[in-house]
Amino acid sequence: MDKKKKENSIEEFTNQEYKWGFHTDIEQEMVPKGLNEDIIRLISKKKNEPQFLLDFRLKAYRHWLTMTQPHWSHLDIPRIDFNDIIYYAEPKKKKEVRSLDEIDPEILETYKKLGIPLEEQKALSGIAVDAVFDSVSVGTTYSKMLGEQGIIFCSFSEAVHTHPELIKEYLGSVVPWRDNYFATLNSAVFTDGSFCYIPKGVKCPIELSTYFRINAKGTGQFERTLIIADEGSQVSYLEGCTAPQRDENQLHAAVVELFAHKDAKIKYSTVQNWYPGDKNGVGGIFNFVTKRGKCDGDNSKISWTQVETGSAITWKYPGCILKGDNSIGEFYSIAVTNNHQQADTGTKMIHLGKNTSSTIISKGVSAGKAQNSYRGMVRTSPNAINARNFSQCDSLLIGDQCGAHTFPYIDSKGSTATIEHEATTSKISDQQLFYLQQRGIDPEDAVTMIVNGFCKEVLNELPMEFAVEARKLLGVSLEGTVG
Amino acid sequence: MLNVKDLHVSIGENKILKGINLEVNPGEVHAIMGPNGSGKSTFSQVMAGNPAYEVNSGEIHYEGKDFQALEPHMRARAGLFMGFQYPVEIPGVTNIYFLKNSLNAIREAKGLQPLDAYEFNEYLGEKMDAVGMSRELTRRAVNSGFSGGEKKKNEILQLLVLNPKLAILDETDSGLDIDALKTVAGGVEKFRNKDNAVILVTHYQRLLDFIPPDFVHVLMDGKIVLSGDSKLALELEARGYNWVKEENGID
Ligand SMILES: Nc1ncnc2c1ncn2[C@@H]1O[C@H](COP(=O)(O)OP(=O)(O)O)[C@@H](O)[C@H]1O
Ligand SMILES: [Mg+2]
Repeated sequence: MDKKKKENSIEEFTNQEYKWGFHTDIEQEMVPKGLNEDIIRLISKKKNEPQFLLDFRLKAYRHWLTMTQPHWSHLDIPRIDFNDIIYYAEPKKKKEVRSLDEIDPEILETYKKLGIPLEEQKALSGIAVDAVFDSVSVGTTYSKMLGEQGIIFCSFSEAVHTHPELIKEYLGSVVPWRDNYFATLNSAVFTDGSFCYIPKGVKCPIELSTYFRINAKGTGQFERTLIIADEGSQVSYLEGCTAPQRDENQLHAAVVELFAHKDAKIKYSTVQNWYPGDKNGVGGIFNFVTKRGKCDGDNSKISWTQVETGSAITWKYPGCILKGDNSIGEFYSIAVTNNHQQADTGTKMIHLGKNTSSTIISKGVSAGKAQNSYRGMVRTSPNAINARNFSQCDSLLIGDQCGAHTFPYIDSKGSTATIEHEATTSKISDQQLFYLQQRGIDPEDAVTMIVNGFCKEVLNELPMEFAVEARKLLGVSLEGTVG
Repeated sequence: MLNVKDLHVSIGENKILKGINLEVNPGEVHAIMGPNGSGKSTFSQVMAGNPAYEVNSGEIHYEGKDFQALEPHMRARAGLFMGFQYPVEIPGVTNIYFLKNSLNAIREAKGLQPLDAYEFNEYLGEKMDAVGMSRELTRRAVNSGFSGGEKKKNEILQLLVLNPKLAILDETDSGLDIDALKTVAGGVEKFRNKDNAVILVTHYQRLLDFIPPDFVHVLMDGKIVLSGDSKLALELEARGYNWVKEENGID
């Protein structure tokens, strides 16, 4: 294996294969292409929404019309034609779906292929799943069992009907409808997503999970997730995503809002594996997501863990507003980019309360011609007495055509704040690869092993079942990066 | 077992090995000695297939197979182990995870069932006791933050765990205090049997006091200039390398 050969194979990436790229042939009901008030009214009508929600959508839409698509320095984003997108697609129902038994077998089959059985008895032990297929939720497992403890876990659309008062109170309370270009767009056209409410003092006994799947062609996915943890409650929530392989770019612009009351804890984990495009950078998902949590009450805690391996472009900054005194925000991130993928991700920690603390651990892995940026903001207000932040941003490069960038912004008005930032950039060394190979480990496994080691602190934060998946995913995402 | 013929190796423009010949048979212990910079590590690395070195000409046969056609991991699976002069750190990967994967990759190549976590722990425990290593080291990342002595002991632990057919130990003895040296020597003694072979690369006699070699080769300026039995090592210890240089016209 001479040097030349090795460089060539680093360029090739031919092995890279997206294993979730199949398409499910199913009759879809769609609204016409394009975006205008009529489309929004149509979506709202299809979902039989109350007036306040339509008003929310229209308010957002009218504001969105006055906004322009943002431009980011380290991302190369083609112009998106928002009138060339279908804003609503749902699998055609034969009749009203009342229970999981009535879900179209084709869809059940799709989720089975993805490793997510929806039939309750076969469901992953200890994980309740809400599955979102294009624009609608197709089934939520375990909701009855959870209901006995007063936990509400259902699709967003269902919650609109069963708990309109909660939606009215919390929707937009963390991510306002005028927040940013894509969040505002989402507020206008969001279709479905998950809703979760944990009552006072209840510790959710199982992991809650949503699985997002984009299937229909030419559609965008605009899901909306809202999680509310009432006083002293606890919940761990997982989110996974995949999409078929197509040579067009598809837009995914989600909004996730987390609201933690006094003494509540929310842990939100994501494994994002949308289709990344082919090795020449054709196709793939544009993943522009606004995720934010509010530690509203004292002693509350919100923890974000994300493993981002998919999408052509990822743009997301899950953040925490630390309003309650002694509240804690955490962000653990692994972002892997290969071929022509671009990721610009990080977090925002806004310290408002006293003795608030935040921890940021970011691991960026780049291979091929990919670009990977960490962009993070830590802000401490004058009232945030004794606020503390620790940030560590490490980048790992595989090959020499990729890039890693770190942009930490610190805005520290309170002089009592302690803010620490550490950053490192390293390359997988030939010595490391050779050492592992000398011990019988093949080169691809060696890369996976080194990357897993590099990401360890973050992988340790994932719930067990997800950690195993994530480890495998890291390997698959980097297949073909060494020869 | 190993047959090296007229091997020429370079790094970039530098010619480092200039015609090495060596034959190693099962049951034998060879020592390769020589001053710093003579090419000992280069030889070891080339045997293991490090792509950083370019083989310009010559042959390497292992159990009758052309070794140069095999990638490093395939050579390892075929039974070659190289103890690194400078063991490499792999941050975040625990020693135990690494060793288990390594052993199972080699077992799989031999058509053996992989050991499960329980079996592996048992097996590893025995080997750790043999080199007097604390269990705590298995939970630490591979070589990360290990002392020099710990790194070398870790190489010997790997040797015992992987149990290869041919072990090339590149200065596994250097930089060790006498206790650690005894441990390393003890490990090599445990490994040795009539079916496997050891090449000890060293520039000291010290290790050879514990493991008497059957053959001693002096490497200088990229060539084996002198071969003999264990007496040669003692002579080198007493007289240094200069006389060999003079006799062979090397400056
Ligand atoms: N990576 C390298 N690049 C350039 N020259 C090297 C490299 N490694 C070793 N050398 C040179 O090759 C020669 C032999 O080195 P080495 O094999 O390490 O000797 P030894 O192990 O006997 O001390 C030395 O002159 C050394 O400087
Ligand atoms: Mg050396």
